[in-house]
Amino acid sequence: MTWLLLAEAGVPEGGLFDLDATLPLMAVQVVLLTFLLNILFFRPVGKVVEDREGYISTSRADAKQKLAQVEQLEAELAEQLKGARQAAQAVIVEAEQEVDRLYREALSTAEAEANRSKDESRRAIEAERESARTQLQGQVDQLSVTIIDRLLAA
Amino acid sequence: MALLPFSLPFAELEVGHHLYWQIGDLYLHGQVFLSSWILIGILLALVLAGTRNMQRDPLGLQNLLEFLWNFIRDIARDNIGEKYYRDWLPFIGTLFLFIFVSNWGGALIPWKIIELPEGELGAPTADINTTVAMALLVSLAYFYAGLSRKGLRFFELYVEPTPIMLPFKIIEEFTKPLSLSFRLFGNILADELAVGVLVYLVPLLVPLPVMLLGLFTSAIQALIFATLTAFYIGEGLHEAH
Repeated sequence: MTWLLLAEAGVPEGGLFDLDATLPLMAVQVVLLTFLLNILFFRPVGKVVEDREGYISTSRADAKQKLAQVEQLEAELAEQLKGARQAAQAVIVEAEQEVDRLYREALSTAEAEANRSKDESRRAIEAERESARTQLQGQVDQLSVTIIDRLLAA
Repeated sequence: MALLPFSLPFAELEVGHHLYWQIGDLYLHGQVFLSSWILIGILLALVLAGTRNMQRDPLGLQNLLEFLWNFIRDIARDNIGEKYYRDWLPFIGTLFLFIFVSNWGGALIPWKIIELPEGELGAPTADINTTVAMALLVSLAYFYAGLSRKGLRFFELYVEPTPIMLPFKIIEEFTKPLSLSFRLFGNILADELAVGVLVYLVPLLVPLPVMLLGLFTSAIQALIFATLTAFYIGEGLHEAH
């Protein structure tokens, strides 16, 4: 390992606080390391981290926007659903009214028909009765004439 | 530091010995560079492995890197503010990662296996040169931040809220790098020494709690350095007027 001993004879005494050309050279080395690490480490890693932060914030904003859209659509659909329910209700009410009306109509025609046929029957019965009575009257008259004739003849 | 006559393997204590490299008239602490290169290599390998195939849904190492990135961003953003933190994130992050890797690497990697002719490998942050270098970079950074943003009005900071503060603020410019560098250097060196002494005295089990405490303080030191850096830069950029 003597090749490491680059200094010739007559080297300084040494000591803890021995400041020498190590100082500026170390400063240059640190500055070089700064540039090297900037290229190799800080810039690429910073880019990746900041890209990810950007990606996350845009994704978040995107998701928020989509959520707002979904909420709006949901509200719209709820509105539509409400409208549809009201329409259905109206249709049902209308149908019920229609049914009711038809029922009443049918009922009234049926009643009218029934009344008419009842009247007719009554009139027919009246007529029958009248004719029967006149017929009977005629027979009675005939009989009475016959009886009188017989009595007179006897 | 003098060693006791009997010395155990893996349990020597050396302080202030350096592996000197010479470039022209200048001397370098070779062991600091060797260990820092190994640690930077590990750090870069980790980063390369983790960023090779990045997904939007992170897998494996990418998770760790993203966690670190988020952690560093929070430090930078909390102290500097939303508007400017991006410019300073790499600097703060590099300081944090380098200090953290140095501190933990210094404690966790068995450096003693590699024998050097002089000195020993260890945390690069246990050398005063490293910490002063980084502290001075921090000073430059916040001066640059303030001056480039506000021009000479940056110095209005010195007389706020009252001109009485001027001398204190000027003294502060010197104490900031001083305290930054010595805090880190002192903590890491003290931790290494405490562990070293304990290992030297009782090689088994006893040093473990101190080692764990050392790992904890090491992480805290990295966080403190990075947070203070961010705070100073934020102060330089601050629009109070």
